[in-house]
Amino acid sequence: MLLRHTDKKVKERNALTINPAKTCQPVGAMYASLGIHGCMPHSHGSQGCCAYHRSALTRHYKEPVMAGTSSFTEGSSVFGGQSNLLQAIDNIFNVYDPDVIAIHTTCLSETIGDDVSQITQKAIDDGKVPAGKHVIQASTPSYVGSHVTGFANMCASIAKYFPEVSELKLDQVNVLPGWVEPSDMREIKRMLLAMQIPYVLFPDTSGVLDAPQTGSHMFFPKGGTKIPDLKRCGKSIFTFALGKFCSELAALELMKKCSVPFEVLDIPIGIKATDRFMMKLSEVTGTSIPQMLEDERGQLVDIVTDMQQYLYGKKVALYGDPDTIIPLCEFLVDIGMKPVHIVSGTPGKYFEQRMKELVPGANFRNGPQADMYLMHQWIKNEPVDLIIGNTYGKYISRDENIPFVRLGFPIYDRIGHSYFPVVGYKGGMRLLEKILSVIMDKMDADAPEEKFELVM
Amino acid sequence: MRKIAIYGKGGIGKSTTTQNTVAGLAEMGKKIMVIGCDPKADSTRLLLGGLAQKTVLDTLREEGEDIEMDDVIKDGYGKTRCVESGGPEPGVGCAGRGIITSINMLEQLGAYEQDLDYTFYDVLGDVVCGGFAMPIREGKAEEIYIVVSGEMMAMYAANNICKGIVKYADAGGVRLGGLICNSRKVDNEFEMIQELANKLGTQMIHFVPRENMVQQAEIHRKTVIDFRPDHPQADEYRSLATKIDQNKMLVIPKPLEIEELEKLLIDFGIAN
Repeated sequence: MLLRHTDKKVKERNALTINPAKTCQPVGAMYASLGIHGCMPHSHGSQGCCAYHRSALTRHYKEPVMAGTSSFTEGSSVFGGQSNLLQAIDNIFNVYDPDVIAIHTTCLSETIGDDVSQITQKAIDDGKVPAGKHVIQASTPSYVGSHVTGFANMCASIAKYFPEVSELKLDQVNVLPGWVEPSDMREIKRMLLAMQIPYVLFPDTSGVLDAPQTGSHMFFPKGGTKIPDLKRCGKSIFTFALGKFCSELAALELMKKCSVPFEVLDIPIGIKATDRFMMKLSEVTGTSIPQMLEDERGQLVDIVTDMQQYLYGKKVALYGDPDTIIPLCEFLVDIGMKPVHIVSGTPGKYFEQRMKELVPGANFRNGPQADMYLMHQWIKNEPVDLIIGNTYGKYISRDENIPFVRLGFPIYDRIGHSYFPVVGYKGGMRLLEKILSVIMDKMDADAPEEKFELVM
Repeated sequence: MRKIAIYGKGGIGKSTTTQNTVAGLAEMGKKIMVIGCDPKADSTRLLLGGLAQKTVLDTLREEGEDIEMDDVIKDGYGKTRCVESGGPEPGVGCAGRGIITSINMLEQLGAYEQDLDYTFYDVLGDVVCGGFAMPIREGKAEEIYIVVSGEMMAMYAANNICKGIVKYADAGGVRLGGLICNSRKVDNEFEMIQELANKLGTQMIHFVPRENMVQQAEIHRKTVIDFRPDHPQADEYRSLATKIDQNKMLVIPKPLEIEELEKLLIDFGIAN
C-alpha cells in the first residue's frame, strides 16, 4: 500500500492540498515557447525554478530541453533582476544565437515586482537584441492558476507580439492546438493537409520534442512554428482556438490586434469534438471533408460498436487539465462508459459548467483543493473500473488494483505520447485501444481457468 | 545587551528621535549600535554628521558576500556603532527582502557579538510586509517603542504596529516598552496619547515637545545633544534616554478596534 494514509471519509479542507493535480505556470510557458522554431525559453528567477521546469519536460519527452535562467542571487532579489536579465539576453544571443528569446517570470521575480517588459525594452534600447531577433515575455506567477495558465499566457504573448497588422487577408486559418502532445499537433496538421486547408498552427512542438535521432545534436531542432508564419497569422481569415483554458487568451489577442475572428472549440478528442472541429473547418473554409477522414471516423465508430460489451457501464475516474478532460469526458459518455470522479487542479468556472452538462451525476471538482488525495478518497467510496490520467495515478491504480491509462502531463514512466496522437479520429482509435487493452488485460488476469477466453 | 526597535508612521520623527535618544544614552557612557532599516539610509545621518555610510546592501552588491564588519559599520557620535541596511532605489526590487538580507548578514559578521549595551533598530514606516517585521522576528529586538503624535493617522499606525507586535509576541518574545509622543501641537495631545497608551496597556514613556532647535541641529547634521548640549530640548532627550534605560514596563499590547480609536479622538481631540 503506497497511499496507506488515504482516509475514506471525505472532509472539507480549506488550506491543505495533498498530491496536487497541477504544477507551476512556467512549465507551461516553457512548453509553449518550445513550439516556436529557434526559440530559447528563459526563466527570470533563480536557478532551481529553471532546473525543475526543464527536467519536468525532459522526463516527459525524453528529449533535451534548453532554457536559460536569470540566476537570481540574494542581491537580485533585493535590487531587482534587471542587470541579470540584460546580461542574460546579451549572453544568450552571443553564445546560442536563437531567433527568439521567450522570457517567463517566476514567483520570486513576480513578487518583487520586476517589470520584464520594461527590462526587455531597455535591452532593445541598449542594442543587446540583434536585428531580426526577437524577445517576448509572459508573466507567469505560480501562485496563480496552474501550468495550463502559464501555457495560455505564453501563447497570448506570442499572439500579441508577432502577427503583423494588415488589410490584406490570406486564404488561410490559424489553429491554436492548445496543450497537446507533439504527436497531436502532427495529427491536426495531417487533418488540415487532408482537407487542403492552408494554416498557421502555433505553438507547434512537433519536430522539437519528438525529434528523430540523426547522429548529430541540433541545439534548435527543425520543428516549431517559424517566425514568418507567426507574422502572417494576422492575415488569416479565422482562428480556431482549441481548448478554452489554453487558447482563448491568444485568440483574443489576435482578434484585438489583427481583427481575426475566432471561435473556441474543444480539443478534438473523441468523436463529437472532432466532428465539431471538422464541421467548423468545413464551414469557415468551404472545403468538404475528404473520404479519408470519413473512413477514419467510420473505423472509430466500428470499434466502439464491436467492443461495446467491454465498455458499457464501466465507471471511470479521470483527472488532468480541463481542456483535455472536457472532450475526453464527452467521449467516454458517448462510448457508453460512466465518468464518475473527475478532478483538475486548474481553476476556472467553465470546467464546472461543462461537467454539469456532460456528467451531471458525477463527482467533479477543480482548483487548488481538487487534488489526487480527493480523487483517491472518492474512488475508495465508489470504486471504478478504470483510471485515466497522468503518471501520478499509478499509485492509486496499484493500491486499488484498477486498470490505468496514462494520458495528459506529465507521463514520466511510459513512452508513446510523443509519437501517437489522441486527437482526431485516429487518436480516438488509439485511446480506445489503450482503454480496452487495460480493461481486457485485467479480465484475463482475474479470470478463473475455465473462463479464460481465447477470443474476446 | 538590550535590543530595541523604534517603529511609527512615516515622517513622524523616528530617525530624529532615535538618534537624539541614542546620543543621550551615549553621553551616559552606554555602548550602542544603531541599525537603520530604511532604503533611504538616513537613520544614522545625525550621529555620523552626514550620509557618510556605505550600506550593507550596497557593499553586498559591489563586493559580493565576502564582507568585513568594518566595511559596513562606522563609528559616530560618542563612539556609537552605525549601520545602514540600505535597499533598492524607489520602484524596483524588494526593500523588505533587503532588510532580511542585511540583518542576516550582520548576524553572520558577528555584529551582535560586540561589547554593547544597546542595539537600536530604526525601521521604516508601517510594518508593510514580512521584511519590515524582521527586527522583531526570531527574538531579535525585544523591546519596541512606537513614536506617535496626536494626529489620527499616526495613532492609527501605532495601533497597527501593536497588532504586528502581538503576532510576534508569543513566538519571538517581543514586548512593547511604550509610546514616545513626538508632539505636533495637537489639542489635548498629552492626555490623548496617555489615554491611548492606557488603552493599549502600555505607558507614554515621554512627551517630546515640539522645538525648532531639532530642525536647526538637523540642518547641521547633528543631534541636539551634540549641537547645543545646554538647550532645554537636549534635556528632553536626556530624560527620554534615562527613562528608556530604567524602563521595566514591557507588555504585550492590546490593540484597539477602529471604533474605539475613533472614539478616543472624539473624546479628546478634534471634536472639542
